[in-house]
Amino acid sequence: MVPSLKALEHANPWNLPVDASAHGPALDHQLFLSLWIALCLLTLAHLILFVGLLARRHAAQKNLWRIEYLPLTALALLFAFLTVKAERLWAATRYTGASPTALQIEVTGVQFAWYFHYPGPDATFGITRPQLVAPEEGNPVGIDPADPHSADDFVTSELVLPANRQVDLRLNALDVIHGFSVPEMRLKQNAVPGQTIHIHFTPRIPGTYAILCTQVCGLGHYRMNANLRVVSPEAFTAWLAEKEKAAQP
Amino acid sequence: MTPNPINPRPNPVPVPSSLFPKRHRRIFTTDHRIIGIQYLLLALVSVVIGTLLSLFMRAHLVWPHWAVPFHGPILPEDYLALVTIHGTIMLFFVLTTAPQAGFGNLILPAQLGSRRMAFPLLNAASFWLTAAALLILLSTTFVPGGSPISGWTAYPPLSAVASAGPGQGLGMDLWLASIALFAVASTISSINILVTILRHRCEGMTWDRLPLTVWGWFTAALLSIIAFSVLGAAILLLFCDRHAGTSFFLPAGDLVAGTLHGLNGRGGNGSPLLWLHLFWFFGHPEVYIAILPGLGVTSMLLANFSFRRVFAYRTMIATTLMIGFLGILLWGHHMFVAGLNPFASSAFAISTMAIALPASAKVLSWLATIWRSRPSYKTPMLFSLGFVSLFIAGGLTGPILAQPILDEYLHNTLFVVAHFHLIMGLSAVFGLFAATYYWFPLMTNRMMSEPLGRLHFWLTIVGAYATFLPMHLAGLAGEPRHYAQILGVPNHAGVLLARLLPLNRFITYAALFLATSQLLFLYNLLRSLRHGAPAPPNPWLATTLEWHPALNPFAPQPAPNSQSPSQSPEPIIVHRAPCHYETTPTGEIFLPQWTPDSLADTSAEPAFDVKPE
Repeated sequence: MVPSLKALEHANPWNLPVDASAHGPALDHQLFLSLWIALCLLTLAHLILFVGLLARRHAAQKNLWRIEYLPLTALALLFAFLTVKAERLWAATRYTGASPTALQIEVTGVQFAWYFHYPGPDATFGITRPQLVAPEEGNPVGIDPADPHSADDFVTSELVLPANRQVDLRLNALDVIHGFSVPEMRLKQNAVPGQTIHIHFTPRIPGTYAILCTQVCGLGHYRMNANLRVVSPEAFTAWLAEKEKAAQP
Repeated sequence: MTPNPINPRPNPVPVPSSLFPKRHRRIFTTDHRIIGIQYLLLALVSVVIGTLLSLFMRAHLVWPHWAVPFHGPILPEDYLALVTIHGTIMLFFVLTTAPQAGFGNLILPAQLGSRRMAFPLLNAASFWLTAAALLILLSTTFVPGGSPISGWTAYPPLSAVASAGPGQGLGMDLWLASIALFAVASTISSINILVTILRHRCEGMTWDRLPLTVWGWFTAALLSIIAFSVLGAAILLLFCDRHAGTSFFLPAGDLVAGTLHGLNGRGGNGSPLLWLHLFWFFGHPEVYIAILPGLGVTSMLLANFSFRRVFAYRTMIATTLMIGFLGILLWGHHMFVAGLNPFASSAFAISTMAIALPASAKVLSWLATIWRSRPSYKTPMLFSLGFVSLFIAGGLTGPILAQPILDEYLHNTLFVVAHFHLIMGLSAVFGLFAATYYWFPLMTNRMMSEPLGRLHFWLTIVGAYATFLPMHLAGLAGEPRHYAQILGVPNHAGVLLARLLPLNRFITYAALFLATSQLLFLYNLLRSLRHGAPAPPNPWLATTLEWHPALNPFAPQPAPNSQSPSQSPEPIIVHRAPCHYETTPTGEIFLPQWTPDSLADTSAEPAFDVKPE
């Protein structure tokens, strides 16, 4: 596991962590393209600056429309090209919801932990109520036991997902705004109290990844994290069966 | 655009001298120049504090066990308090006050050919409100719970509920009071600047003859009025949520550290996103308020020291206004991952990309202005060139962050921190350095030391790049901002963060180097106050009116008119656009805005040697 991660890291000069989601490679490609363009423009501008400073004085200054508008037009086209490419990628990941067959998991942010609520065999989430939140009693997200759908639900502090299956996360937060972020999945979305925000993605490469909080949420912000474990579909089925068995009363 | 003699001869300031006893009159003054210097001193104190706070943060990240003298080790809540106060103090009390109110008061009226600001009393009031706001902000350190920990953006519910963390009680209330006062002061100050520009231009000062600095102040003042009024409203709403039981930003069922909001019949269902909209509707224009005066100063100084006209002057006026206008249309790019409708993100991405164009036009104008000009490399020129370099370096990551799909990876990482420190923090600070070295003679009648100034420039630009370029890499590697520790973090996140320690150590060393280099500036400042070389009346061969003999407070005054020595100061008349530098058969000449054409015909102006070796 660790050596393969290392090899992937050294493959890119920009020091990005491993890229393990299905939409990740396209995002990375766009990111590298944008970074190289920025680097080239930075070099070019400084080259013009230094040549202009070092060259012999040319007394007559020309106010040519070519100098004024041609580079600007070129930059406008370049930025438009980047915008269109970026918007297409954004539309592909965010304009439509998850596939109906996606795995459904509810993610709850609370100072300073992430909880993952799996719906169980009935594929329906039990109702949660903030009054019932009691982490010390094993109910950190406030699942209502009176709801028939809640009987088979279970909550974990690590997100376990099968590789190559789409996941539909329902993000919410109990207390303050938290930032759900998985750098290795190229994923980031705030969890906002009072709102349920859906985000979907497909993990590609099995492994253990970091889920961070990227919106300052209080003194424990830096240590609010969880592990994402992406496993083979068979291992996931086995894990699910074990958890569901444990959840049965 | 006719030569419009609005108020051609503004009357001398009627100082309401009865307001204060005599011994207080020098401090509680309504003299705009002294108020300008007071603002600059306030910003200097603030920037020293803000820089020290940032060094504590940098040191704590790489030496987590280091104990601050008289305090002890930095706890996570201390770290976030440092973040909050560093951001607040730098954004508000340095980058908003110094370029706009400080140099605005000091230079703006003179550049219009006026001897006064429009509202001297309001001007003084706005300074003292700002000073009070700063004291209140600093006092948060000493109250129970300490300073707030929610960052300068103060997102609710973290900022709306006292139980959300240490500092979110009294500290947060004081923070809100401080920013509310600051918003009032900035609004007053901006109205003063706007009215001064509208009403106090001297004879011949048409709109297209206004220096680009004045256009910068004008646009920033317009933005201030729009932005700070919205911020003031948002702060009022947040205050009501905290103390009056309202629910503008608090959703029903919000459970913060045992405090349940809005169920059992008390409180409604609000949305934290409303605060984000209101705050960023202020917050994004705010960064343009910080940088617009710097853009103007850079254009003018590059032309001055290149002995050239500003390339595409009218386009530069237009781009200044366009940056201001677009600046209020793109607040949503701070919210790509905040829970906006994805279509809204697409729209904000386009408006954000659009602002790259006027900004690029500015860079092109600067490059064209200095192209093959063999400028004279005085310290203000060096800092202006540094501004251009940093503005390009920081600006080019803008179109990257403007893409929502890339923001999905880069949002709230150190990549963003590097971006805004280069484009807003350091660019604006380089503009301030250029302005300080350039206008120091108008404050003290002395020049700052050139050798010290040059050394200061080279150390600062090396330190700036060494600190903030590697920060891009830390962000690309996934390091989030606002993290009190990168060592000892549990789970796989600990692995992700711990490998960034060497890079962070380098950044900390570079930041220490950058901050230490600024001692040279402070030394130069203090030394030149007493021992600087006496300044000639127009040391930089400038063309703008602040160097007019009648407006430069230290220039030798002509013998007073014997008939009415005090009643009729010399009328100030403008004859041309600024930066009139040209090459004639007899050599390089320059014509200040105030030189009449009849004098210009004789080519009696001094020749200018552009190569001082």
